[in-house]
Amino acid sequence: MIIKSKKEIPASEITDPLIFKERRNIIKAMLATMAAGAVGISPALADDNNSAWANLPKGDFSADLLTPTPAESVKNYTNYYEFALNKKDSAKLAQNLRTDPWSVEISGEVENPGNYYLEDILRQQTLQEHVYRFRCVEGWSMVVPWVGFSLGHLLKTVKPLSTARFVKFTSVYQPEIMPRQRNNAMLEWPYVEGLRIDEAMHPLAILAVGMYGDILPKQNGAPLRLVVPWKYGFKSIKAIVKIELLRKPPLTSWSQFAPSEYGFYSNVNPAVAHPRWSQRSERQLGSSFFTPRRKTELFNGYGEQVASLYSDMNLRHFF
Amino acid sequence: MILQINNLRPKVIAVCLIPLLWLLIDIAFDNLGANPVQALHIRLGDWSLRFLCLTLAVTPIQIVTKWRGLADYRQLLGLYAFFYGTLHVLAYLLIDHGLIWHMISIDIIESPYIWLGLLAYIIVLLLALTSSKWAKKLMGKNWKRLHRLIYIAAIAAVMHYFWQLKGNLAEPFFYSIIAFFLLGFRILVWVKNRQVNKIKTVSGQRTITLADEQSEMPETVHNSTKH
Repeated sequence: MIIKSKKEIPASEITDPLIFKERRNIIKAMLATMAAGAVGISPALADDNNSAWANLPKGDFSADLLTPTPAESVKNYTNYYEFALNKKDSAKLAQNLRTDPWSVEISGEVENPGNYYLEDILRQQTLQEHVYRFRCVEGWSMVVPWVGFSLGHLLKTVKPLSTARFVKFTSVYQPEIMPRQRNNAMLEWPYVEGLRIDEAMHPLAILAVGMYGDILPKQNGAPLRLVVPWKYGFKSIKAIVKIELLRKPPLTSWSQFAPSEYGFYSNVNPAVAHPRWSQRSERQLGSSFFTPRRKTELFNGYGEQVASLYSDMNLRHFF
Repeated sequence: MILQINNLRPKVIAVCLIPLLWLLIDIAFDNLGANPVQALHIRLGDWSLRFLCLTLAVTPIQIVTKWRGLADYRQLLGLYAFFYGTLHVLAYLLIDHGLIWHMISIDIIESPYIWLGLLAYIIVLLLALTSSKWAKKLMGKNWKRLHRLIYIAAIAAVMHYFWQLKGNLAEPFFYSIIAFFLLGFRILVWVKNRQVNKIKTVSGQRTITLADEQSEMPETVHNSTKH
């Protein structure tokens, strides 16, 4: 796959195809040894029975009290507008996504810009299981055991310059596979999200490559997605191909589409209603007909960790 | 004809209950997906809106086909819109919110899309309460005035559908097209009627009252010329 890049990648950084193949074998071998059933699997072919990362150490903020939502619910209830405007079709159509090979361009205000293969990134990072709440702006929520690594750690490896104030993430653009990209539906494509640099560096912010001890299903953002659990779900961008460090805040997709409804910050906040609906409560996936909605918490319950990032801000204004 | 309709009526009543039966089966077999409560809301809301559209479709079909038999079912269809609407509201209050009233009230206050749904429901409720022949006689002209609010209910219900969505607008778009045609048809009939009436007034004929025991909906050209 050709990754479009404005900056030319120095020849020294271009991976020799032979070495690349070897890398793929290495990662496959890594996954195979990690697999609980000792069954070798390739990232693209993982299925439910082979779990790649069964017994990972838990991340620092994984609350033991949280019971993960049944995996089937998480796999079948996800927005992926590049594929379809409804959840059912997007889960099905997302299976067409090409995720192998995958590389991520990291550029902008950094000392070491470049195009990095996902395997190379993974070899440098420590994978952990992060059990986080996930709250969608639509008023539903779930608890997901993500497999991922710290976004801050990755950013440190490319050495951000002091001028880097914001981080812009860009999703994959595959119009030939993604019908809604092809006909320019809803949003401007590719999908773009952003964080302030201190948010990106926060230990809660992770890049996930798996969930439920296994490789990320395509509809859930394979092969690499952002997870920022104190913000509404649409901030947690899927299928990332580009990470840019910028001086100015990027224009994010939903904010561009409806600026009065979706702000840059989009922190979970029950006191700030969406212009068309309340955000006081949420329907937890996996809860029964006899369980009422759960009360939504400020910063999705991660206030203790992240409230200090916004201490001098009016959250109603910077929604 | 009357005999035929009387035989048909219980069947129609039963057929209109199929969506409910189908929903109960889906609940029993856990077929409502990852967010069954949301699916329940959409199912019930959808059926209420469909019956509302069917109720509104009676007059246009009557005018186009000149077949008046359908009018006998308008009240029934309207009552089914009310029935599914009521279940929709009850699911929201009981299942989604577990009758926790302070949460319900703040949810309603902060959610403009619910205001529209509530408006549509209150109208349909009033129409259902006054749907009997007895109420119709008692209310006289006001009955018709009240029952014209069904247009507002239809518009509010479609808006209610649109406003709760972040993205997928295909389905409410479908209903809004239907509502547009149903309402557009009536506006056309109304305009035509007005022209006919003007001509009559000019030529010295007594202006007809638009109300006619038979038709609840805007008068057809056909009706006015009868007088």
